[in-house]
Amino acid sequence: MSEMSEPGTREATGTSPAVPERQYVDLDLPEQGRMLTTVGGDFDDVLGETDFTDSEQLILNMGPQHPSTHGVLRLILEVEGETVIGARAVIGYLHTGIEKSCESRTWTQAVQFLTRADYLSPSFNEAAYCLAVEKLLGIEVPRRAQVMRVLLMEITRITSHLVAIATGGMETGALTGMTMGFRDREEGLHLMELITGLRMNQGFIRPGGVAQDMPDGWQDRLDYFCALMDKRLPEYDELLTGQPIWKARLKDVGVLPLQGCLQLGVTGPPLRSAGLAWDLRKTMPYSGYEEYDFDVPTTSGADSYDRYLLRVAEMHESLKIIRQCRQKLAEPGPVMVQDRKIGWPAQLSLGADGTGNSLAHIRHIMGESMESLIHHFKLVTEGFPVPAGQAYASVEGPRGELGAHVVSNGGTKPWRVHLRDPGFVNLQAISAMCEGGMVSDVVVAVASLDPVLGGVDR
Amino acid sequence: MTSADDSVKKVAPDIARQQEAAHSTGLAPDVRSGVVPPTTSERHGMFYARDSGDTSGYGGLVRPPHVPQASERPYGGYFDDVADALADAMAERQIPETAIEQITVAHGEMTVYVARAHLVELLQTLRDDAALRFELASSVSGVDYGEDVPRRLHVVYELLSMTYRRRVRLEVAVDAGDATVPSAVSVYPTADWHEREVWDMFGIAFAGHPGLTRILMPDDWVGHPQRKDYPLGGIPVEYKGHEIAPPDQRRAYT
Repeated sequence: MSEMSEPGTREATGTSPAVPERQYVDLDLPEQGRMLTTVGGDFDDVLGETDFTDSEQLILNMGPQHPSTHGVLRLILEVEGETVIGARAVIGYLHTGIEKSCESRTWTQAVQFLTRADYLSPSFNEAAYCLAVEKLLGIEVPRRAQVMRVLLMEITRITSHLVAIATGGMETGALTGMTMGFRDREEGLHLMELITGLRMNQGFIRPGGVAQDMPDGWQDRLDYFCALMDKRLPEYDELLTGQPIWKARLKDVGVLPLQGCLQLGVTGPPLRSAGLAWDLRKTMPYSGYEEYDFDVPTTSGADSYDRYLLRVAEMHESLKIIRQCRQKLAEPGPVMVQDRKIGWPAQLSLGADGTGNSLAHIRHIMGESMESLIHHFKLVTEGFPVPAGQAYASVEGPRGELGAHVVSNGGTKPWRVHLRDPGFVNLQAISAMCEGGMVSDVVVAVASLDPVLGGVDR
Repeated sequence: MTSADDSVKKVAPDIARQQEAAHSTGLAPDVRSGVVPPTTSERHGMFYARDSGDTSGYGGLVRPPHVPQASERPYGGYFDDVADALADAMAERQIPETAIEQITVAHGEMTVYVARAHLVELLQTLRDDAALRFELASSVSGVDYGEDVPRRLHVVYELLSMTYRRRVRLEVAVDAGDATVPSAVSVYPTADWHEREVWDMFGIAFAGHPGLTRILMPDDWVGHPQRKDYPLGGIPVEYKGHEIAPPDQRRAYT
């Protein structure tokens, strides 16, 4: 019954907390085949005196620590000569239990876990989750917060696509594409740092709105960013779009037609490269996207080159949306719901010491109102309850449909959070895209899907 | 309020027994099929304050379990169209009406609770019927509603119709002792990895899956981490195939 009696009870019932013996994989299988471990070099040196002439077939492990697999992705390739006859993706090397961790934090704190899932699209992870929580709460986010979310998401889309092109370029040997991509992404991250305080993993979008209003002087910095991108984005066309080597590496590689996309659940640029103009911002608008004027570019090649073209085109479209956000943000307003049971009690403000609590709020809770102090303490430590139920919200992330399935049991912590990460789903298509092609094309196909393993493994 | 057995179970971090408990509870014999089970158990007092006695004054508070309520017609929006089209298609394909346990419309979303025996037929109908056309299975995920709840393990299918721009959610609830659901891979190949993840995290087996292996956790992992009774600490750390070398054989830097 009581806490004190438990050790005795355990002895009395004779149950010891023994951990069952683990069943390890038996590595001494008789028909294992010949195994060679190599970290590079010439195959003639690796093979040495071993005679492999009786079979052309080779199982090749690519990754998880391979510079061309876009992260800790492991590919098991069955090759005959240079031709891939079987490809399987093995994931889980970056599994950090983000969904489980959310269950022991408050609804607001969970944002800080989820933003780290797909670390190249933090704003999207936050937005999908917050939209689902707001559905459960039945609240409407203030207009200015919606515009700020759109702004953050579109800046993130640009930085994410730049990394996709940069790492894809690096993996295929186009190193200038890499240096250019990371150079320009840095400008986007600077802008994110100005607005949110952090370059990545901001945790800035919270249930009910966003954490802060726009900082002083944001207009000039945003204008600078837009003007710079106007100049820089065409440089990708000049460097890569017409370049014969780039085209030879990407064209007709990693083809996945529309039927394949739908069966395998592939969304985002790979789906649009197959000709279907499916973009949740247009087809199922959220956060006020229906107010913005932008296009959904599509192509019909369904190959890696088309996906590259789409990413460049989408960055131009994002820039259009960012400019419209700038106009909409001229109108002041609250950035968090006015419900005091949900919205954070104070807006932070930059103090003389560079960090910042709101001094007015501290004076209020410490000197004037005990009830406000209690309320602040309860909201920040215990959090707010969310009515029991479940909701699914999805946003168009840089890689496709990013959904969040959120379940509440009526408490102040999420009961279950599931992220439908587009990278996870799209990666299933790797077998269909690679089999029958060359080993070198595997690298291109993976890069064209642009999986981010933080999101794939969560 | 808790029996001695229960309190032992809480402090003993025993994976095997946790799993055994997971398989033995939840099998409430009084569960009538066709009724959607509650998703929470009855709660007493305030949240997260069970150890220090009733200092809050809310100790007498009793919250009834949350049960997803069946919605009344009209559901509103496109949900009525979906329900009508689904009923017609089911009649056409001779799927009994009992295949659908309940339809719940909440938060602008439609949830169809289905009996697992008819799950694959229903998915096939939702995908193929001209008036439904849910071409894409956006997501398949699991939920564990906790040890005290009958049919605690749920599998949730988020379906998307690109033709009509509609979403619908299918939900199947099973007992932890009988955690098997037919696989959706034959209808939606994209369910392959989703179902592997649900198996890995919740231990729900998908009958007919082409290769139901763990996907995120190591292949020799014991237990299913997203189960609510999975221990979150107090268990020995283990490394796969690792052993510590004797001190005289360790690498030295002197």
